Amino acid sequence: MELPINFILNQKTVEANLHPAATVLDYIRKHQHLTGTKEGCREGDCGACTILVGSLIEDGVQYKNVNSCLMPLGQAEHKHIVTIEGLNCSQLSPIQQAFVDEGGTQCGFCTPGFIVSLTSYLLANDNYNIDDAIDSIAGNVCRCTGHTTIKRAVKKIIDSIASKTELTGDKISSLISLEILPTYFAEIPTRLKTIRKAKPSQEYEQKSDFIVAGGTDLFVQKEDELRKSKIKFYFNDNSRDKVWIEGNQCFIDAKAAISDFGNSDVIQKYLPEIKKYIRLFGSLPIRNRATIGGNIINASPIGDMTCILLALNAALHLEKDKSTRQVQLKDFYKGYKSLDKSIDEILTKISFELPKQNTLFNFEKVSRRIHLDIASVNTAMQLKIDNGIITHVNISAGGVAPIPLYLTEMRKSLLGKKINSSTISEALQSALSEVNPITDVRGSADYKKLLLRQLLLAHFHKFSPQLIEEELTL
Amino acid sequence: MKNYDWLQHVRGESLFLDDLTPPEGTLHAAVFSSPIAHGKIISFNLEEAKNSEGVIEVLTAKDIPGENQIGAIIPDEKLLADDIVDFRGQPVAIVIAKDNFSAHQAVKKIKIELEEFSAITDPREAFQKGQLIIPPQIFSLGDVDSVWKNCDVIVEGTAESGGQEHVYLETQGSLAFPVEGGGIKIISSTQSPTAVQRAAARILNLPMNKVEVDVLRLGGGFGGKEDQATAWASMTALAAFKLKLPVKLILNRQEDMRMTGKRHPYSSDFKIGLTKEGKILAYEVYFYQNAGAAADLSTAILDRTLFHCTNSYFIPNVKATAYCCKTNLPPNTAFRGFGGPQGMFVIESAIYKAAEKLRVDASVIQENNLLNEGDEFPYGQKSKYCMARPAWQKAVEKFNLAEMKNEVELFNQKNKLIKKGAALMPICFGISFTNTMLNQASALVHVYTDGSIGISTAAIEMGQGVNMKLRQVASEIFSIDSSKVKIETTNTTRAANTSATAASSGADLNGKAVEIACKNILDRLTMSAQQELKTNETDKIELKNEIIYLNGKPTEFTWNVLVQKTYAKRISLSSQAHYATPNIYFDKAKAKGEPFAYHVYGTAIIHVTVDCLRGTYEIDSVKVVHDFGKSMNPTIDRSQAEGAIMQGIGWMTIEEVIYTKEGKLLTDSMSTYKVPDVYFTPKEIQVDFLENLNPSAAIFNSKAIGEPPLMYGIGIYFALWNAIKAFKPSNEIKISAPMTNEKLLMMLYVYS
Repeated sequence: MELPINFILNQKTVEANLHPAATVLDYIRKHQHLTGTKEGCREGDCGACTILVGSLIEDGVQYKNVNSCLMPLGQAEHKHIVTIEGLNCSQLSPIQQAFVDEGGTQCGFCTPGFIVSLTSYLLANDNYNIDDAIDSIAGNVCRCTGHTTIKRAVKKIIDSIASKTELTGDKISSLISLEILPTYFAEIPTRLKTIRKAKPSQEYEQKSDFIVAGGTDLFVQKEDELRKSKIKFYFNDNSRDKVWIEGNQCFIDAKAAISDFGNSDVIQKYLPEIKKYIRLFGSLPIRNRATIGGNIINASPIGDMTCILLALNAALHLEKDKSTRQVQLKDFYKGYKSLDKSIDEILTKISFELPKQNTLFNFEKVSRRIHLDIASVNTAMQLKIDNGIITHVNISAGGVAPIPLYLTEMRKSLLGKKINSSTISEALQSALSEVNPITDVRGSADYKKLLLRQLLLAHFHKFSPQLIEEELTL
Repeated sequence: MKNYDWLQHVRGESLFLDDLTPPEGTLHAAVFSSPIAHGKIISFNLEEAKNSEGVIEVLTAKDIPGENQIGAIIPDEKLLADDIVDFRGQPVAIVIAKDNFSAHQAVKKIKIELEEFSAITDPREAFQKGQLIIPPQIFSLGDVDSVWKNCDVIVEGTAESGGQEHVYLETQGSLAFPVEGGGIKIISSTQSPTAVQRAAARILNLPMNKVEVDVLRLGGGFGGKEDQATAWASMTALAAFKLKLPVKLILNRQEDMRMTGKRHPYSSDFKIGLTKEGKILAYEVYFYQNAGAAADLSTAILDRTLFHCTNSYFIPNVKATAYCCKTNLPPNTAFRGFGGPQGMFVIESAIYKAAEKLRVDASVIQENNLLNEGDEFPYGQKSKYCMARPAWQKAVEKFNLAEMKNEVELFNQKNKLIKKGAALMPICFGISFTNTMLNQASALVHVYTDGSIGISTAAIEMGQGVNMKLRQVASEIFSIDSSKVKIETTNTTRAANTSATAASSGADLNGKAVEIACKNILDRLTMSAQQELKTNETDKIELKNEIIYLNGKPTEFTWNVLVQKTYAKRISLSSQAHYATPNIYFDKAKAKGEPFAYHVYGTAIIHVTVDCLRGTYEIDSVKVVHDFGKSMNPTIDRSQAEGAIMQGIGWMTIEEVIYTKEGKLLTDSMSTYKVPDVYFTPKEIQVDFLENLNPSAAIFNSKAIGEPPLMYGIGIYFALWNAIKAFKPSNEIKISAPMTNEKLLMMLYVYS
């Protein structure tokens, strides 16, 4: 299953004739001998393979940092793929210089990934702050420095760049004038359009063994198999609006990446703390690729997006031969990785009812490491209290059952009750009666049960700290 | 001073093993390993693998022309198992194919029939069953048995510390190719080229001069490539030798994690006796080291546990016994600190338990018992130029400990569900290989006729900046710009019989060797200048900033001119030099001697905040006063210290190596084994330089920096301990590192 894949690699227009499931990492290292991009883990957990991917959006090119070990080459079509070699100017860029000045590198193996991620941060944002800059490198692991010198380098970069007047105009030309980008970046939008016109995408065969969206889990679990199979892509990074409102419903394109969801104005309005939650979902390069639909269909009992969507009581829109059907997410999972979905049905949209005013929402997650880690337990709660009475509630819990769980019994126990310590105690008991965690690498069954109890308490603590601290026996 | 290597690193232009353009026709190897932890091989079936697409050959033990043996200290480890398998992940066969993918596909097609035996994963079980790799090792000072009765307080307990995966970002690998005359050249990612050379020569039944090993740089080592790079290098050497073609082997992350050893987990019993004023009178300790299935470096690591069992304290009566326990896990190996951290964790645990009983702050006992000048270590050496108290005192004053303690107390009074904890952690770490023989190094310095310099030593650059420090040595001695100096690859034909770059000694030993070689050349250059300038005996010749000075006045002779003139006079511009650390020895039979050239001291103060609702925590600050001697390169040394501290903290907190009882590694990927990330870094980290001049310190009075600061990380365990106590004072702490979120939450709510 080889097809020509046309794109720009750094400064060069290329046509790759490889299986579309070959990874971009292997292509750039083995076929193009660009060795600045390193292989560290092949599962998106170290960031040594980070590259920039530029996509044509309307008139411009939008750049994101991506783990090249998890990106199929087929999805590089009509993109600008940038490796560290494609960022090097004759002099060190201010980012590179800051790493040298602060000793933000030791063995050097992870370093190109950090430089690429920070360049991506400067490209993708209009206002800079240290907090977001740090988040852009949260998917890059340095085993030598322990990141302290890297943090100093980041601070230096942001302090020196944030005030620059050059940044007022076009982003790419500003960054070129600051010598953060080489000059050839200016011509990329035009060149990409030319390529898209001259070499339109070829349709892959109709029948496929795999449908690949962001591929962030598929390429970890099944890379070998994918490389031998017929695959079909289901991914869209060429449009901006993937979250929208119709009436009292919010709709999400199943192909939206997690970062699209987090960056959406609509979502930020209704879930004001979404940016905080979303930082706990993988790393930025993963969030740039992993899709909402993929997270749902993957059916991991510990999926973070499903956890949020369950507490929003979301509905799924499934399509087959142009006919659609709707199913509630809480009814979608039938057992471990078993779905209420036929093999040829495709998840196209997700919707949820817009929360009424004064509806509270909270998400909790604890993992071995707080960031870029899979939860031991996660949970979300949507709650509305009117005159001290719980009038609306949805609670989800992950990591405590074979499926992402909607806590039905706990909901029953809470609805219509006065919010006080005995209500909460009873609700916690109901919750613990409907979960059945297993002991695995993410924790013992006993721990997960205790942790779920604590995190459910944390929801109430968030809404009413005093109630929890003073009334409940912990 | 900046490190030149960094200019390449940030551009992605530094080359690692897998980045080198391999010779034409290079084949790729993949390893088939034992699927069980203990058993006997009944039969293999390699046919399907051999017929698999792209496969050239499958090699097993019977293809080894020499001895099937890679054990460095004790010959107890086969390259390829041929009868008994002792751990899951033990190499059994090597598939060589046209490409990496085909090699891995074929590995899955190898069939093996095994008779399974019961496996041991716990060191105490191994001890009970008599599975010791060497007899028990004992260090003692004074007589513990006679002083227990004089103690006001005696506390006994058990402390567990877990393993630690190296997670060097560059996985293990090697590239070997045949050279003329039946020899082999190996490019290896190893900290110990000579170990690779020796093992490969043994495997291939070749003299060592037919095996050349070359190392450019490593993408991190941390001890994981000291002894354990040897197997992969030997495998590529074997395949290249048999097939007469270049062969490359790069482990992927999961293979690396499953097949290689880690920091040794220890289970230890302690008994400590003190006066009611908190003076430690006696300390008795038993260490059960989980060595894994072969000796590897475990016996040397066991020694260092004993050397550091009293950390930074003087204890007049000590009896420390250590058992090297053989289990069915991958052979555990060197990891920054080399057994020292495991020993220090136990004495700190004992002090904390004793503090609880005495109802004092542990820091009172710590301070009371710090080493003074001339105090004797349990191995007979006396502390000299002792910086234990100066470092402690400076930390307490500079970081205003009293105020910090107050703040913690106030915070804890005000907050019910969030608690802060603080702890001090003094360290004392001996510098030198404890095997005295290894404390030697050599350097080969060439000055070329254009004035540029090439230096070869035994040192391996793995991020610690040793190459920059060696450049600085040459640049300082010749008084030339350091950009004129190039550090060559580490190669067994230019530096023979090398010791591993380990024990924090790379810059110490090789720096001294470079110094001697450069001085040899400088002497000749000075003589040459005397001739050129026709000087008298009383005239003084100096090289300063690339100009030759006569009696303090610049002459027209520059460095470059002098070099050319000297060459024209047929005077050698090259020198080879050897350095051996003076005045050190250790009598193993008596367990006494002067094994260390010097000690490194320091004190850390660590603060944490624990969320007692969720059972999670953050590191507020790590503030350290560290004895750098006279730092050669503060930028490098600070970064080394901070990186080491984070590795120590990782070991004590989130890094957890989990094996099943059947010896299966559950944490076999970076998604299940988590190392500190940018968010886990302390909000504040300060490293203060306690500069001092110790005449027995190393090159230019600097001190080794690689390992010692790692042990500050131990302090975080006790900071967390104090925070837990602030939440539930009645809690009995079950001492078991790492303090994962799971253990913390269980300790807050279940074990109380």
